[in-house]
Amino acid sequence: MKPAPFVYHRARDAVGATRLLAELGDESKVIAGGQSLVAMMNFRLARPRHLVDVGGLRELDYLRTGPDGALRVGALTTHHTVETASDERLGSGFAVLRAAMEWVGHLPIRTRGTVGGSIAHADATAEWCLLAVALDAEMVALGPGGERRIPAADFFQGYYTSALDPDELLVEVVFPRPARYAALTEFAERRGDFATVSTVVALDLRDGAVHGGRVALGGVAPLPVRSPEAEAVLARGGPAGPELFTACAGAAAAAAGPPDGVSGDGDYRAALIRELVRRACEEAVSR
Amino acid sequence: MTDTAPRERQLITLDVNGERHELLIEPRRTLVDALRHDLLLTGTHVGCEHGICGACTVLVDGAPARACLMFAAQAEGARIRTVESLAEDGELSDLQRAFTEHHGLQCGFCTPGFLMLAEGFLAERPAATKEEIREVVASNLCRCTGYQTIVEAIDDCAARRRKET
Repeated sequence: MKPAPFVYHRARDAVGATRLLAELGDESKVIAGGQSLVAMMNFRLARPRHLVDVGGLRELDYLRTGPDGALRVGALTTHHTVETASDERLGSGFAVLRAAMEWVGHLPIRTRGTVGGSIAHADATAEWCLLAVALDAEMVALGPGGERRIPAADFFQGYYTSALDPDELLVEVVFPRPARYAALTEFAERRGDFATVSTVVALDLRDGAVHGGRVALGGVAPLPVRSPEAEAVLARGGPAGPELFTACAGAAAAAAGPPDGVSGDGDYRAALIRELVRRACEEAVSR
Repeated sequence: MTDTAPRERQLITLDVNGERHELLIEPRRTLVDALRHDLLLTGTHVGCEHGICGACTVLVDGAPARACLMFAAQAEGARIRTVESLAEDGELSDLQRAFTEHHGLQCGFCTPGFLMLAEGFLAERPAATKEEIREVVASNLCRCTGYQTIVEAIDDCAARRRKET
């Protein structure tokens, strides 16, 4: 279908974008790569009266590493830029981000879709949302009153709902600590499709032993969630191997209580969680 | 239902296949519709209009992109290439000939999308393996060929280009 009419505004800079958003009110919407929004507009699931295009703000397209070990990702960095980033650009300990990109749609989606757009869209099955929750990312939002930083734990609030105010622009995503032993894996009915279940595991691995870690799940709740039960298994620690990983995966599956959904009933999802968490643990170790 | 936004037109400039065009269009005009209806470049096809089928794939600054998931206004300032740019003086390009030789098409509806996908992908990864080509080809839909011949056409074209350089 064709989208409903709207008025197009092109932002000259990030501050200008927030000013436009404040002026235009809540019938306005930011468009970056548009890979989710334009599809929704074509279906008329979304019909904003005003679009504020931030796609031209090249100053928000960057990967910055700092002495603090953090990786700062500009909101307009595309998935494909991350996918093709060198070790040097990505910094040590963030290879998980690059490897995860193969799961984001397909190449022609990844060349246009942006990190910030994906996170602001807040799809519970989106890879960036899951990575943000698993790796404790902070979202930097620019509004009329200046910048504020929102931890991932507070940012995602439900189906396609984030903590961003209508006049705020997501400008940067900060991954505070390297996650050397981390992996994302997922299952979708078709390659490149929305995940039925997805998971990120990040292990604290030293001398072949696990000393804790984080497990996040997508597709099991209206927002990406961590699994305290699976993390408790990792916190007890032990040699990095099948025994620990099977226990961790079992705890995640038992606790998630996945709802019956369009793609698969609860038992099926539990089986997927068990298998995917185990695989993610093994992949995390092999990095 | 609330009243809709005013249907104003706006003047934009598009750089398509090396030529500059001025268009007076509604902002809701997608890039693929602007190419087909305003510039009469009907080589790019429209399928699903929500980014699944890939029939509308074009190159935006050299990278394959869905022309149905972009508004034409967003493409201002970018270099757009469509399937019409492949042949030179009526002579099919090496990629197009490879599709013919390997029977990489039957009805041809999806072909412009596959060609531009492959053109953009091989420019970035001339040494792509067959496995990588299969992975990339998964982004577009074809209901005739079963994909195998498309993969073979792209792989053969890549191999010949490598031999030439």
